[in-house]
Amino acid sequence: MTILSPAFLDYLSAAFLVAGGIFACGAGLGILRFPDVLMRAHASTKAGTLGAGLVLIGVVIHFSEVGVVLRALVTITFLMLTAPIAAHIICRAAYHQGQPLWIKTVVDHLHTELSPNAADETDHPLFEADPDRSNEDRPD
Amino acid sequence: MTSELVLEYAIDITFALILLAMGFAFLRMVLGPSLPDRVVALDLITTLVVSFVAVFSVRAGEPELMDVIVAVALIAFLATLAYARYCQKVTLNQSGVDPKMPDDGDKS
Repeated sequence: MTILSPAFLDYLSAAFLVAGGIFACGAGLGILRFPDVLMRAHASTKAGTLGAGLVLIGVVIHFSEVGVVLRALVTITFLMLTAPIAAHIICRAAYHQGQPLWIKTVVDHLHTELSPNAADETDHPLFEADPDRSNEDRPD
Repeated sequence: MTSELVLEYAIDITFALILLAMGFAFLRMVLGPSLPDRVVALDLITTLVVSFVAVFSVRAGEPELMDVIVAVALIAFLATLAYARYCQKVTLNQSGVDPKMPDDGDKS
């Protein structure tokens, strides 16, 4: 089997497709299992984009045409440009909405950035948003 | 086992994995608990639809389906952006800030 033979391209394409599917499945698992909005956005953005990119590379290898390569390149570039922006803007909206962070969250720089006077306060409004998560439960 | 058969099996496995992920994301969209959670789930579902159509174009042998992928990828970003603006507007309304002010009110 020489390199770039049709059989080899089929195997390569299959490998990329399955790898992309595994990453997509990981993204779904992350969005279901992670405890707060920011982590869910993290899972869906990074793993989801990587999965879609790998699948598109597999499709490109299968077809081996200029038009397909161009469209896949445009799609991958666009996904990688927009996914972080979309995740950032939706997470910012969620943060300003006061969505509770995970209970084991250790550091929250944005909170001290937004209200410098609150740097020494022990009360954290974000953790009061959820009555089940009080400040006593926070790790040191 | 020929290489075509391997590719067919790989396509089946990829379909199954993407559909599983789509089910998980749909579950998160139904469960919530907040609007940003649902928007993030919707964002993932559109990304998964892109992957799904890509795999289907291999199965159907039609490279023309790549046009659909480009269009869906474009629309997904706009939908997420619109929902994020909506969330921000709702928050500003509730906090008593003038909703007409520019969105970049980081100090609000």
